[in-house]
Amino acid sequence: MPVLARSFEEAGFSTILVTPMPYWAEMVGTPRTLAIAFPFGHTLGRPGDEKLQHSVISEALDVLENADFPGTIAHSEETWLQNTQEAIKSWQPEESSPIIAELAPNFREMLRQRKRQQQSR
Amino acid sequence: MPVDSFQYLPRLIATFYQMTEREPDHPIPWTPLPRPISECKFCLVTSGGIYHEDIDPPFDLDRERRQPTWGDPSYRALPINISQTEIGVSHLHLNTEDVLKDMNILLPIQRFQELVEAGKVGALAEHAYSFMGFQGYPPDTTEWQNTYAPEVAGKMKTEGVDCVFLTPA
Repeated sequence: MPVLARSFEEAGFSTILVTPMPYWAEMVGTPRTLAIAFPFGHTLGRPGDEKLQHSVISEALDVLENADFPGTIAHSEETWLQNTQEAIKSWQPEESSPIIAELAPNFREMLRQRKRQQQSR
Repeated sequence: MPVDSFQYLPRLIATFYQMTEREPDHPIPWTPLPRPISECKFCLVTSGGIYHEDIDPPFDLDRERRQPTWGDPSYRALPINISQTEIGVSHLHLNTEDVLKDMNILLPIQRFQELVEAGKVGALAEHAYSFMGFQGYPPDTTEWQNTYAPEVAGKMKTEGVDCVFLTPA
């Protein structure tokens, strides 16, 4: 999605991206970003929580209005109510995505190899 | 405290991201805000895989199931008077339960209508746009960049948009 922010900015629009993944926004180079520590699929908060949604949107609009250099990344102070392990479990689909199902065995092997390398150092 | 991008990622998916090498493209584009946001027209864009049920087709998840390294690059235009019961969500990488209860967590149409009424933002464009965030592995965004983003940008120009508010899933 940071790629789309760049494309729309290039096309002459002022953009603001709200994301739980500032890592990726920074890698791609997004004009203006508000980073938020919410689980995936919940970028603006919890369903039905209008107050929280407004609060995040308002922070994002402040970044849009006040950022004065390309690549601005502000970090929201908002925190998620659920603990991290519960949140990790609840944002993911019940069934692994096709790519994860396909790559998981290779990745696990790679992680094991890395661990062995670190231990042998 | 800075936001930790990997806090909510299982280790496997975190590694998946960290292995995707990418150099930032410089310079980063910049369009200065043309006027105060209380006078700007906003367009909402999400990558949550939302579509107008019974009107538009869902994103192509069947092909993604057959070809897991591919993700549907197309987009859906959504009228901003769309109601919660009219939306569908196609996304194989997310639990879609919460967005099916309240689209505003990914596509804040009602929240922006309230901001317009309160005079905090100028206006909301007649259409919002939805993409599906998974663009294959390794990610390939060439169709977004070369075809679909320019097409959406053209439509935004026609609707007199100033600002784009983007919410990935």
